[in-house]
Amino acid sequence: MTDAPAPARAKPDTSGRSQWWDVWDQFKTHKGALFGAAVFLFIVLAVTLGPLVWTIEPTFIDIRARNSGASLAHPFGTDQLGRDILARMMAGGQVSIAVGLTAMLISVLLGAFIGVLAGFFRKLDGFLMGLTNLFLALPLLPLLLVMVMLFRETLARSFGPEMGTFILIVSAIGITSWMQTARIVRGEVLALKEREFVLAARSIGTPSRRMILRHILPNVLSPIMVSATLGIATAIITESALSFLGLGFPPDFPTWGRLLFDAVDYLQQYPERVFWPGLAISLTVLSVNYIGDGLRDALDPRIRGR
Amino acid sequence: MLTFTFRRLLLAIPTLLLISLLIFLLLDLAPGDPLAFQPLTIPPEVRQKMRDALGLDAPGYVRYLLWAKQFFWVEPLHFIDWMFGTNFAQGMQRIISWQFRAPVFDIIVQRLPQTLWVVGLAYLVGVMIALPIGIISAYRQYSWFDQVGTFVSMIGFSVPPFFSGVLMIVFFAIMLPWFPSIYDTTLVVDDFSSFGQQVRQMTLPVMVLALQTTAQLSRFMRASMLDNLNHDYVRTARAKGMTEKVVVLVHVLRNSMIPVVTVIALGIPSIFGGAIITEQIFKVNGLGQLLITAIYANDLPMVQTLAFIFAVLIVLCNLIADVLYGLLDPRIRYD
Repeated sequence: MTDAPAPARAKPDTSGRSQWWDVWDQFKTHKGALFGAAVFLFIVLAVTLGPLVWTIEPTFIDIRARNSGASLAHPFGTDQLGRDILARMMAGGQVSIAVGLTAMLISVLLGAFIGVLAGFFRKLDGFLMGLTNLFLALPLLPLLLVMVMLFRETLARSFGPEMGTFILIVSAIGITSWMQTARIVRGEVLALKEREFVLAARSIGTPSRRMILRHILPNVLSPIMVSATLGIATAIITESALSFLGLGFPPDFPTWGRLLFDAVDYLQQYPERVFWPGLAISLTVLSVNYIGDGLRDALDPRIRGR
Repeated sequence: MLTFTFRRLLLAIPTLLLISLLIFLLLDLAPGDPLAFQPLTIPPEVRQKMRDALGLDAPGYVRYLLWAKQFFWVEPLHFIDWMFGTNFAQGMQRIISWQFRAPVFDIIVQRLPQTLWVVGLAYLVGVMIALPIGIISAYRQYSWFDQVGTFVSMIGFSVPPFFSGVLMIVFFAIMLPWFPSIYDTTLVVDDFSSFGQQVRQMTLPVMVLALQTTAQLSRFMRASMLDNLNHDYVRTARAKGMTEKVVVLVHVLRNSMIPVVTVIALGIPSIFGGAIITEQIFKVNGLGQLLITAIYANDLPMVQTLAFIFAVLIVLCNLIADVLYGLLDPRIRYD
């Protein structure tokens, strides 16, 4: 990037391959990452397109078929009210993955914003990193529980029980998990600031805003992307943990964690019921972790092409 | 080094005060009324007296300062009294739990042994398993052992405790009735059979917690060993004719342990946090379970005190990690 002698604004080279093809080529060589991507894609497709094929309502109660095992009519069986577990798994997956993606988005945006500001502006550095360290020292799971406990009623009243809980959980997870991203991004920005191309850009009078958007941000994109992928995994686990402790979504609005929580009550009689939601959570997190692993290698130009 | 430690300790005080204030402000928003469960037959003026006695109507800063005074002054004094039989804290108001109607610290002292036994032992077991796995994985990089180790630790990362714990109950308590699924706190260990029972009831929670510790630490140990194995001093040691055992276990291991020790120190508070869920699954009535029940019961003094204790643990362990790093690595000098 530094050796491109760009007198005016050089047109991007559209004839050849872009950098993303190189990334993809490197990503492809990581077997685990490729497999993880396939599994994650499969899970996402299954929970989004699945309800179109499997048309039983997740809230439909068939009390006569309650507690039935796996059969053709109910491949995963039914729960204590006769609701189809496969349909509930799909509905739960939609919520769990939506929570994971949204919470990740919030935490990464917040983390990248704070990280870039702290790294770029020396005046803000002390305060923002002090804030980050303060947040890192907070006992997060207890505080999350307290936050959910306190604000659930208020938000449920103004946005409805489902949407209120969704907003609450997503923002609670988002504002308690941005610290790692902020620290990584700050470190990268601090290193970037010493490079020649930043000096060059500054010497031609680039204002700070454009400097950040055009020069700094594209260069810290890869750590941000990696921590975003891993953020999905932690967000899904945190949401499930909250649901598992009974402080997540209401019972008629299932998530994987909630399904697991409900299944634990029937552990003695129907131990197989805890299996599916737990497996779904673990598989999603495992696949996302592998994707993150592969992305880390693929986005690092020093490893790429080796 | 001593000045550094001292400076960090001084710096930790405002941090902790700020954290306690943050926790207090958050809890101050809580809607519930601690007197809501009292019978309706209590006349309003008596009810008002009860509110005054609990200090509920006082402004926020008064209640915060009162809590801070009780936490930082009355409770330590009480501890001294209890230790040496003095009576400094005579007549001073301690932090009272709304739920148990007893001093918060008395209940914490009751619950602490369970948490320390289960969580502490699990951490110890996890470290003991993780270190050899990490060493062997790094020494035989890309061997089948390494591959299996990588896969198992990925699973340890990905399977949350609330699933691994439930799975263990399904396999080892229901399908194969080897271990009890519920931790019985009333068990008194006085002979061999009750000792065996204690070991059996601790097995499952310890396994769940140790799996997580092992997953993280073994990866870290492996990476740290790999970093060191390619250094020049390793080649020198081999060239001097030292046995492979001495090279790996003395030269490389000692250098690789530096970052690992700090990670072990940093992991201690997170184990307390993660233990909340594990304790809930196996019904271990330790600190985590105490916190959950306090949150459900709207027992604000208890939540405030416990959350603050967790914060103290985090800050302290961070400090210990930093100091250890400086002590172990002569290249790092803080002064």
